[in-house]
Amino acid sequence: MADLPLTQLFLTTVLANNFVLAMFLGLCPFLGVSARLATAAPMGAATTFVMLVASLCAYGLNALLTWLGLEFLRLIAYIAVIASAVQLVEMVLKKYSPTLFRALGIYLPLITTNCAILGVALFQTAREYSLIQSLTFASGAGAGFTLALVLMAGLRERLRLAAVPDPVQGAALALILAGLLSLTFMGFTGLGAGE
Amino acid sequence: MNAQPPRPTPLEEFLEGIWRQNPVFVMILGMCPVMAVTVSAVNALAMGLATTFVLTGSALLVSLLRHWVPREVRIATYIVIIASFVTVVDYLIQALSLQLYTALGAFIQLIVVNCIILGRAEAHASKNPPLPAVLNALGMGLGFAIGLLALGSVREILGAGRLFGLALFGADFQPWGVMVQPPGGFFVLGGWLLLFNWLKKRQGRLQPAR
Repeated sequence: MADLPLTQLFLTTVLANNFVLAMFLGLCPFLGVSARLATAAPMGAATTFVMLVASLCAYGLNALLTWLGLEFLRLIAYIAVIASAVQLVEMVLKKYSPTLFRALGIYLPLITTNCAILGVALFQTAREYSLIQSLTFASGAGAGFTLALVLMAGLRERLRLAAVPDPVQGAALALILAGLLSLTFMGFTGLGAGE
Repeated sequence: MNAQPPRPTPLEEFLEGIWRQNPVFVMILGMCPVMAVTVSAVNALAMGLATTFVLTGSALLVSLLRHWVPREVRIATYIVIIASFVTVVDYLIQALSLQLYTALGAFIQLIVVNCIILGRAEAHASKNPPLPAVLNALGMGLGFAIGLLALGSVREILGAGRLFGLALFGADFQPWGVMVQPPGGFFVLGGWLLLFNWLKKRQGRLQPAR
């Protein structure tokens, strides 16, 4: 994995190993914010930004903690960094786009507990990516998350016009829909296999 | 939610998470580990127990510290408490079974961001004395484990023809491979929810008087 070309790393992370549909990370916002297209795309963008910041910080932190021999503090340090990064995004959004800030509402602070973000930090540490690889990985993960979110939101907007049987409504429908999307994304599996 | 005037009895407190507010089937919280590790019943059980431990431990600590933690920094405090317990579990599983540790992978560390744990700390443990908090957390954790097990066993039976690693069918069994792949997780959980919704609707139809 260490000398994978960057484009391939990016594409694999977006499509074949899509964070939401293949690795099950970030499902809460995926099911929660994907009801409307208008909030799905900004949510994806905010998450991507936090991912990049978190990835950068996690790389530096990991180097520092390894140097100090304090690896067992890694998890706690990562979580603290991610929480601060989310706070930062929240403040920037509040200043420059109050409408968007209100639209995202409760989901913005919830990015902190989005496993996709901690997932990026943990996976890049586990796979020993270099700085550039880490950033590529993070942007791929963010793009994949946004893609899945937007696709799902589009589907759900169309489905609101359809006649759905009573017991299937709500979460069950969303899950089955996600399953179908995930099945589609499995078609990309061969993409990253060129090792 | 738990602020009803008549204080729930300890038993009710315990049963709430297992049945009425089951985190997997009713609240649909903490989905990421639910989907990712339930390819086999053993993984599901281990994940459920690890989450129960973290949930109970952090509930106890949060509840004990509830008068000392300032409101402004409470979320950060809870996260640090939870992260410490997760680190303990992480090293514990690594020491007990390396095989399990590699199977669960990063998802052990991702227990930190499981919404159930922070949600319980915020909504229940921070407002209740230690005993009810622990009982409630224990119930929630077991409810979570039961949900995981329900998902994991169905996926293992359909996708591999085994349960807890023991073969169930003859050699001619053709595994339904997609069930242990990512889409299977979505389908099986969707199916369970469908079943419960249908039962609830049917019960409502059969007893219109209530």
